[in-house]
Amino acid sequence: MEVTKPAGCTCEEATEEELLARLDEVLTEYRAKPGALIPVLQMAQGLFGYLPEVALKRVALGLNKSFSEVAGVVSFYSFFSTIPRGQHVVRVCLGTACYVRGGKRVLDTIKQKLKIDVGETTADHLFTLEVTRCFGACGLAPAIMIDSDVHHRVKPNRIESVLGKYRSEVVVAERSA
Amino acid sequence: MSSDFEPILMRNVGVAKAADLQVYEARGGYQGIRKALQMSPEELIDEVKKANLRGRGGAGFPAGMKWSFLPKERKVTYLCVNADESEPPTFNNRVLMESDPHQLLEGIMIAGYATRATVAYIYMRGEFTEPFHILQRALNQAYAAGYFGKKILGSDFSMECYIHRGAGAYVCGEETGLIESLEGKRGWPRIKPPFPAVAGLFAKPTVVNNVETLCCLPHIVLRGAAWFTAIGPQGSFGPKLFCVSGPVNRPGCFEESMNITVKDLIYGSKFAQGMIGNKAVKGVFPGGLSMGVLTGDELEMRMDFDSPRKFGLLGLGTAALVVFNEDTDIRDVLLNVTRFYAMESCGQCTQCREGTGWMYKIAQRISLGAGRREDLDILVETTRNMGMMPGLSICGLPDGAAFPIRTLVEKFRAEFEQHIVRQEPGKVERVLRVLN
Ligand SMILES: Cc1cc2nc3c(=O)[nH]c(=O)nc-3n(C[C@H](O)[C@H](O)[C@H](O)COP(=O)(O)O)c2cc1C
Ligand code: SF4
Ligand code: FES
Repeated sequence: MEVTKPAGCTCEEATEEELLARLDEVLTEYRAKPGALIPVLQMAQGLFGYLPEVALKRVALGLNKSFSEVAGVVSFYSFFSTIPRGQHVVRVCLGTACYVRGGKRVLDTIKQKLKIDVGETTADHLFTLEVTRCFGACGLAPAIMIDSDVHHRVKPNRIESVLGKYRSEVVVAERSA
Repeated sequence: MSSDFEPILMRNVGVAKAADLQVYEARGGYQGIRKALQMSPEELIDEVKKANLRGRGGAGFPAGMKWSFLPKERKVTYLCVNADESEPPTFNNRVLMESDPHQLLEGIMIAGYATRATVAYIYMRGEFTEPFHILQRALNQAYAAGYFGKKILGSDFSMECYIHRGAGAYVCGEETGLIESLEGKRGWPRIKPPFPAVAGLFAKPTVVNNVETLCCLPHIVLRGAAWFTAIGPQGSFGPKLFCVSGPVNRPGCFEESMNITVKDLIYGSKFAQGMIGNKAVKGVFPGGLSMGVLTGDELEMRMDFDSPRKFGLLGLGTAALVVFNEDTDIRDVLLNVTRFYAMESCGQCTQCREGTGWMYKIAQRISLGAGRREDLDILVETTRNMGMMPGLSICGLPDGAAFPIRTLVEKFRAEFEQHIVRQEPGKVERVLRVLN
């Protein structure tokens, strides 16, 4: 059910028309289902990487909802983004367990390494940095999530190697392309 | 402390391939639902009432009683499984779903049968990728084996089950926020009444139960209410999961009766095994953040539904303990706690939206070394003027903000004052100029 671009995929990007066509297929499937808006938005974000206005308008039209209702829902949930994000979203937990085990230092180190602030994307569009509330990895704090991978017990001196894995995936993808 | 406790809910943790249907069945799984189907829904509800199974999601409301609030005449009933586990720093539900997903599914079937539910929706938080895949796989297996769908196990009982993935908002763990979110809207909690039992999901009678509550059901059905009430202290029966995090030697999730104390959970050899580097405990949030804080001198508290109130706390909450040690600056803790609620208030109610926001601002100032003594009084006063308890809000989020903030300020007041006294002269004015 989940539609996500493979991590670090550098193969030819689908055009906006192609993506909208795929969104239309999703909309046809979900049109009659009650409570479809959020799953549809999750899939739309999977397709586009974020939620551009054209996609939201298409969703509103397809589910017979006003644009403001759709936009209101999008702005409510922290997973939805209306601005383009990097290929990988780095989420640093600032929940209390991670906080008392040095989550803030982890965040500062990542900011330094990526040379961006929270909410920003690196110039090469590889990483977007976000902070998040506790996601239940507290036993192995401090924890961060990169895309849907959870990294446990992240020490500031291990950050480079954790991020490096996502950098080199691109290199691998480029080579095999 | 009873050291002879046999794991019940966590009995399959660490068992190879416990998430597989065959392994679960081989270990006695799906016998509870078979027995339940021999009973009438009313008999089943009676048994759960006799067991006095209290909700594990935070409020401790008796499950059997909640079910009997459903109107007698009804065509459709929905069961919502609260797998949002959004209370920081809690991971009890996560452990249950990852290590024994069929136990939850069997609990859902039993609750579904008791409430005559037609559809069960599992509302799982969006960050749970691993638990989602494990549970979805288990659900597919259960469907294939005839445990869900039409005429379950040859009975007249039919129920569908779907997993819905959340999109990131704490307030969606609140039961009516969850329902709104399932309907495809912002997760804005609803004004009650009407309660979900009367008009919940899609305006139909609805029951919302937590994952751990449901996981108790197969055992209650199989072993009986008397067995359940023999575990733990009066009013707090049955097995309970406790997760411990912070700078302890062995953080993790542990199962015990509710006779256990905070001290045992932190220092016990079967539990967290003490503090890293033998540091002293400065404080503990014993029930997730929202119940409030204990000082290092209050570790004798028993982790049952009723004892926390004697320590000025809101309740047992999620029974998730987060410990902080003597090196922690109390101002950082306050900053971290206030920030969370200010970010997560959904904004519908004035006192909650403004109160949490202002308390965060004050905490920021205190942590920048520009606190004023009266700030401490303002914080305490603000916590008394928000929430459902004074009747000023739609949901319990601001009560959950008030308790940790108030107990932090009241129980650690001397330390806050020390910091404030030691601040550089003129700093308050300078910081205020910059902030305003
Ligand atoms: C702000 C807020 C957040 C909540 N988050 C959760 C949650 O993540 N999981 C949960 O089971 N209950 C949560 N609750 C409690 C639910 O509203 C509800 O009481 C519970 O799901 C009922 O299940 P139970 O009776 O089986 O415990 C929350 C309540 C509030 C006020
Ligand atoms: S109390 Fe707070 S979180 Fe709850 S509905 Fe009101 S504003 Fe939203
Ligand atoms: S506090 Fe960071 S994962 Fe729970």
